[in-house]
Amino acid sequence: MGFLTFLLKRLLGLVPTFFGITLISFFVMHLAPGEPMSLQADFNPKMTPEMRQRLRAQYGLDKPLYVQYAKWVKGLLHLDLGRSFSPDRRKVWDKIKERLPVTILINVLSMVLILVVAIPLGVRAAVKQNSLFDQVTTVLVFLAYAAPAFWVALLLMLFFGIELNILPVSGLHSLMGYEQMSFWQKVLDWARHLVLPVFVSAIGGLAGFSRYTRSSMLEVLRQDYVTTARAKGLPERVVIYRHALRNALLPLITILGLSIPGLIGGSVIFESIFAIPGVGQLMWSAVMARDYPVLMGNLVIVAVLTLLGNLLADIGYAAVDPRIRTGLQTEE
Amino acid sequence: MDRSLALSQEGQGSRWIRGLKELCSNPLTLSGLIVVGLLVFTAIFAPALAPYDPQKIDTFHILEPPSAAHWLGTDGLGRDCLSRLLFGARISLLVGFVAVGIATGVGTVLGAIAGYYGRWVDGLIMRFVDIMLCFPTIFLIMAVIAFLEPSIWNIMIVIGLTGWMGVARLVRAEFLSLKKRDFVLAARISGASDMEIVFKEILPNAIAPILVSATLGVGGAILTESALSFLGIGVQPPTPSWGNMLTEGKDNLEIAWWLSVFPGLAILITVLGYNLLGEGLRDFFDPRKKR
Repeated sequence: MGFLTFLLKRLLGLVPTFFGITLISFFVMHLAPGEPMSLQADFNPKMTPEMRQRLRAQYGLDKPLYVQYAKWVKGLLHLDLGRSFSPDRRKVWDKIKERLPVTILINVLSMVLILVVAIPLGVRAAVKQNSLFDQVTTVLVFLAYAAPAFWVALLLMLFFGIELNILPVSGLHSLMGYEQMSFWQKVLDWARHLVLPVFVSAIGGLAGFSRYTRSSMLEVLRQDYVTTARAKGLPERVVIYRHALRNALLPLITILGLSIPGLIGGSVIFESIFAIPGVGQLMWSAVMARDYPVLMGNLVIVAVLTLLGNLLADIGYAAVDPRIRTGLQTEE
Repeated sequence: MDRSLALSQEGQGSRWIRGLKELCSNPLTLSGLIVVGLLVFTAIFAPALAPYDPQKIDTFHILEPPSAAHWLGTDGLGRDCLSRLLFGARISLLVGFVAVGIATGVGTVLGAIAGYYGRWVDGLIMRFVDIMLCFPTIFLIMAVIAFLEPSIWNIMIVIGLTGWMGVARLVRAEFLSLKKRDFVLAARISGASDMEIVFKEILPNAIAPILVSATLGVGGAILTESALSFLGIGVQPPTPSWGNMLTEGKDNLEIAWWLSVFPGLAILITVLGYNLLGEGLRDFFDPRKKR
């Protein structure tokens, strides 16, 4: 099986998963008790049963569920997710579209941070197994696993934002004087605002990834070809980075793909803490306003993002490891 | 009483004690066990341990830093933070147990069905798992609780119903390998029904990994609940939960550091305790990993 066949099969497999995602997104909201209506309708004392009925008809809520679902999916395929219940009545996709880049930017940055920091940490911990370095990183990993990200964010705000007063704690850029800045000043301003959010969103991944790198490395270092490389008299650096690490990184590509939903999920937390106008913050305000077109749209979009992220990881894996695309190694 | 039965029971008992001793011989596991034990103790005896009523508003002592009278200070309504922290342990413990109980139950049943029956049943269930795993859990939870009363019971149920996928995969894998073993074949030949084979033969042999994943899951559920409560969509004030206490910490970050530090520390220690216990159990059940 060639790479193209693999790709085609993998892409075809996305179709049922995509429809599963739309089914769950739709029915999760419609099976929940309570009518998905706008807050205005629920709290409006002048709301008569007739008006309520008219509003239901306007949103198509009086039709059978499967009709509503079919209509919603048809719209979704054209990126038409309906209109928000909020007073601005804007299109849901427009609301999501303007917020996606920020969320993706922060997630990509934190993924880069995770890779750049966690891989060397994990390699060093594995090479010097049971050393002081290994033990210290193990303790840090356990702490990072157990610490709530939003609490770490609060502590960092307290320390760097308030105590030392060297980093801004909210928003994407300065509110005052931002327009007058030169391009590079703007970049620096953004960077200063992004340091804490990116770090907070990366904590869990840093811990997990350095742990996986460590165990993957330990596994590989026991293999015969590493012994062979050493026996050939190659310098230890070459053995570790050229022979061992390359193979140890393979399973990590899958782990990276699996960590995407967690990263995106974290957006809700750090975006609301650091007042960053991304998808997570949109989700939070939609929950608060019970704005169900936005909720449904958001849910389906982040799931599709995850799906695409996993697809990228799989393609990456197949590209570097021929065993996957030739089917010599099954997944079970 | 039948003598041999009594003997075998005694043997069972001493095996338990020996196992417990071995488990506690690892200092990390022991500390996890102690943390979990302390949490249970605190949750049960919170009313006796708390120096003040956790809901009592005292407008004369608002936002006081830690002192002899209030060890962990007071919050914006003059309530004693230590007392609220102790009562918050109840929420964390309850959410952890109930949510994980639901997740483990659902995951075990679905995983067992998929692994035991295989073929299209397996394909269908595992596809469902894959789809559920595409949703960032917190988004899914938020979408559901937007339309529910934000009561602690609803929170627990929703956390449980969105957290079973890992267990299902694990149980399925166990069933796939166990169902081919000789003792299952023997049971089938001797005429045992599917139900008997699943519950009496296979499941008991898969208990260890389920227990490990449940223990580790408690920490995760506690973290999720605290994040939801922090965002204002979990446990609602005035009921004290560690998450919603931190919301107040955030609002008073510049003037009252103690509101932000202690509840988070409580979450950290609790989750750490469960994780250490879970890892300890994993090593205990799987000697290969002891290396």
